[in-house]
Amino acid sequence: MEAIQKHQGTAVPLNRSNVDTDQIIPKQFLKRIERTGFGQFLFYNWRFDEDGNVREDFVLNNSAYHDGTILLAGENFGCGSSREHAPWALLDYGFRVIIAPSFADIFYNNALKNGIIPVQMDEEQVQQWIKRAEKSELELTVDLQEQIVRDDEREVPFDIPAYHRENLLNGLDEIALTLKHEAAITAFEQAAE
Amino acid sequence: MGKPETIVDKIWRNHMVHQEEGKPDLMYIDLHLIHEVTSPQAFEGLRLNNRSVRRPDLTYATMDHNVPTKNRDVIEDEISKKQMETLRKNCKDFGITLADMFHPDQGIVHVIGPQLGLTQPGKTIVCGDSHTSTHGAFGALAFGIGTSEVEHVLATQTLWQKRPKTLNVHVEGDLGTGVTAKDLILAIISKFGVRFGTGYVIEYTGEAIRNLSMEGRMTVCNMSIEAGARAGLISPDKTTVEFLRDKPNVPQGEAFEAKAAEWLALATDEGAEYDETVTINAEDIEPQVSWGTNPGMCVPVNSETPDISESENPDEVARALEYMGLEEKQPIQSIDIDHVFIGSCTNSRITDLRKAASIVEGHQVSDGVRAIVVPGSFGTKLQAEKEGLDTIFKEAGFEWRESGCSMCLAMNDDIVPPGGRCASTSNRNFEGRQGNGARTHLVSPEMAAAAAIEGHFVDVRKFAANIYS
Ligand code: SF4
Repeated sequence: MEAIQKHQGTAVPLNRSNVDTDQIIPKQFLKRIERTGFGQFLFYNWRFDEDGNVREDFVLNNSAYHDGTILLAGENFGCGSSREHAPWALLDYGFRVIIAPSFADIFYNNALKNGIIPVQMDEEQVQQWIKRAEKSELELTVDLQEQIVRDDEREVPFDIPAYHRENLLNGLDEIALTLKHEAAITAFEQAAE
Repeated sequence: MGKPETIVDKIWRNHMVHQEEGKPDLMYIDLHLIHEVTSPQAFEGLRLNNRSVRRPDLTYATMDHNVPTKNRDVIEDEISKKQMETLRKNCKDFGITLADMFHPDQGIVHVIGPQLGLTQPGKTIVCGDSHTSTHGAFGALAFGIGTSEVEHVLATQTLWQKRPKTLNVHVEGDLGTGVTAKDLILAIISKFGVRFGTGYVIEYTGEAIRNLSMEGRMTVCNMSIEAGARAGLISPDKTTVEFLRDKPNVPQGEAFEAKAAEWLALATDEGAEYDETVTINAEDIEPQVSWGTNPGMCVPVNSETPDISESENPDEVARALEYMGLEEKQPIQSIDIDHVFIGSCTNSRITDLRKAASIVEGHQVSDGVRAIVVPGSFGTKLQAEKEGLDTIFKEAGFEWRESGCSMCLAMNDDIVPPGGRCASTSNRNFEGRQGNGARTHLVSPEMAAAAAIEGHFVDVRKFAANIYS
């Protein structure tokens, strides 16, 4: 996992709640056996119609947002299946941060394991940024060390559990960390025999 | 006597490998189930880092998501084929038991775990699949994980987990005739919403839950994730024990009785405290039909789609109705369907098939409806054939298939076409779930069977004489 401390980028407003993983990456694209190459299929059914034509009204098809790296969304982002293809697709497309009022549990974990910062913020704040980003370009800076999101006027705090923050900040390999506890795992197994 | 504990407290305590201030707990995993879609990248990760599988004996694999349900000999989709071959190779290289496509134990991962007795009370069970919550029906702590976590469990047999909060969903009273476990869980989600379980493990309690068969309990726990909860469980009781008796992977004879006593002791203690409790009365619940694009968008079959301006979230309701091609305030029974799918890890077990068959018997699938039955496992299929259920379905005009996930997520060739409308016994009615542009209505197996016959939704209680109990 690539370490991430601070990220500055353009916000992309996706004003929908309950965005599920079937929308983020439809199942027909889950057949790859690699972690990469999913970005082209991100939000596929919203980006393209049934005949493969670009849907002009979808936000990712608006050239103003082509360089966007921070996704703003509604409540319960990432609900549905456990597919890690969802964060892989977001990352591969270029998103490093998702800001939403709430996340589905499994998605939240999956994002953290892939160097995407899931920023949980109160609904009013997210809506305010969504409205701004819909009107004109909105630049945000997400500082993971300080746990702050900055716009041009102010700083808004957020919270990521310390353990996950450490791993993200340092891009740590979690399995290697766990294997430091191998003696405890073995002892547990022996006691259970 | 110590402080009364919930079953979650007990399972947590029994699996703690390491605890440290400011960190999640390191938990031991008793059973790791694997399928072809969410595992290849995990094995790739192991290889890249020169790691092995710590406990192949606690790992069990099957193929379910991609497998054809018509003709198993030809897999036309090259990428699907590659994914299945990759699983075969990974299992061989790492010494993991695999119920391959032609293996008698093959089936949907959440159907075969219980059937093989691998799923047991008190176990921690994970799988790279969000419906792992199904196994909670046995009083196991079972939840879905992502592929990075799959890799972590393969390498270490553990996971770092924050202790979840507990939510008691208490169901008073009993379900009426023709009202099923599926209607109960749909009614719970529509009452409390698709997010109410986020951050919690749900324990289902109360009379209606106690009276459910193990299959019914699996249906309920299966959809916990649709309420946002990673896990949902039910304290083990006599029903649990009797289901597991004589299953292949449980102790036999006297050893079984000893094990059963251990299982029963796991049940939540009288007076144990939950972080939250909600209550619903089973007697008020009617057969449900989903009208929208998430499982919380459900109403009783005798009612109508919502009034947009009266809804809490008018934009969301309007969008969902538009996708579904429905009007506001449209009577549910006026909705014509063209597809029926009886299957998935929610409702494809033997009792589900028996119940659907008893509605179908002596009737014909309505003109213009394509109806398929996909048993949850090869074992279920054989059992159903032994009972002659396949004949009932086929004579009525249903297609009778091989086991797999099939039209639940339409990753193989079983797809609802754009604009098609399906009465489905599965668990998700998301946009495009059963095919790009497809419209899904979630219902019980009995309701799906009745819709197949009538060509539109009807109250299954109209078939009162045929209702199987
Ligand atoms: S039947 Fe459907 S929900 Fe169940 S495991 Fe298969 S795809 Fe997932």
